[in-house]
Amino acid sequence: MNNQTTVEHRSEREAAVKRTFNGPAHLVYQAWTKPELLKQWWVPKSLGMELLSCEVDARVGGSYRFEFRHGEGTMAFFGKYLEVIPNARLVWTNEESADGPVTTVTFEEKGGKTLLVMSELYPSKEAFDAAMGGAAAAMPESFEQLEALLPSLGK
Amino acid sequence: MNISGKYPGSELSRLPFSLLLHAANSCYILNHMVQYTQARFDASFAALSDATRRGVLEQLGCADASITDLAEKFHMTLTGMKKHVGVLEQAGLVTTEKVGRVRTCRLGVRRLEEEAAWIEKYRQLWDARFNELDKVVETLVIEELKRKEKTDGRKRRMPP
Repeated sequence: MNNQTTVEHRSEREAAVKRTFNGPAHLVYQAWTKPELLKQWWVPKSLGMELLSCEVDARVGGSYRFEFRHGEGTMAFFGKYLEVIPNARLVWTNEESADGPVTTVTFEEKGGKTLLVMSELYPSKEAFDAAMGGAAAAMPESFEQLEALLPSLGK
Repeated sequence: MNISGKYPGSELSRLPFSLLLHAANSCYILNHMVQYTQARFDASFAALSDATRRGVLEQLGCADASITDLAEKFHMTLTGMKKHVGVLEQAGLVTTEKVGRVRTCRLGVRRLEEEAAWIEKYRQLWDARFNELDKVVETLVIEELKRKEKTDGRKRRMPP
C-alpha cells in the first residue's frame, strides 16, 4: 500500500507536497540527485512524456537539465542549485520561464522512514495562478490552454 | 503568455512550463480519471470548439453580461445566443441567473471549485511521480541490505 501524498496551499504563491517514503533519508536523497535514479521516476509513464536526457550537478551553484520528448516536440527544464545539504535539503531554481518557482525539498528521517516535503514558491501570485491553471482572473488563459490541448486529445 | 499557437511539433519547446504542467496534468486526468471527468472534459472541449462561444467566454472574463448584450455584441439573434450560452452552461463554463426579465451570464467556475481542482491535479501529478519513486527507494533499500549482508558475511568468514 502506497503512502499518501498531500498538498498544502501555503500562501498565494506557494504550494507544498508531502509524502513519506519507506526508506532512510540518504537513499531518498540519492533518488533526487543521481541522474540514473531520477530517470526512473521523474516522468511517470502515464504522462505520455519520454525523458531524453537528465544531467544533474547537485552542488551549490551546480546546474541541472531535463530534456523531454512529447509527441514530436522536445522541451527542457533547467536551473541551478541554490542550497545543497546532503540527505537533508535541496533548493533549486526553475529557469525555463521567467515566472518559474524556486523549489525546496527537505528530507526528514524518522524510524527508518523519510518524510519528504517539496514546496514550490512562485515569484508572484499571477505566476502561481498561471502555473496551476488557477484563479478566476486567469480563466481566459486557462481556456487558451484547454484549446491548445485539443489536437492532442483525439490520439 | 503566447500559447494560442498550434500545440504539436516543435512549437512545444516554446511553451512555458505552466502550460506543460497543465497539459501533463490534463492528459494524466484524461487517461486516469473516472468517466464523469471525461464527460466534463468532452463537454468543455465541445463548448470551446466554436469561435463565438470562445468570444463569449472572453467577454465574460472582462465583465458579466446579459444575453441581450451578448447577442448584440456578436450580431446574433437572442435565440442563437441563448443556444450558445446553453452549451457553455452545460459544460459548466458559464452560469446564468435571471433577475426580473434579464438573464445575466458570468464565468461559471466558482473559485473554490477551481482551487480544489488545481490542488487535486497537482496532487495527482506528484502522487504518480512518488509512486514511481517508491519503487526506486524500495530497490535501493534492498540493494543496501544485500551489500550489508555481504560485508557482514565476509567479516564472519575472516579468521580471528
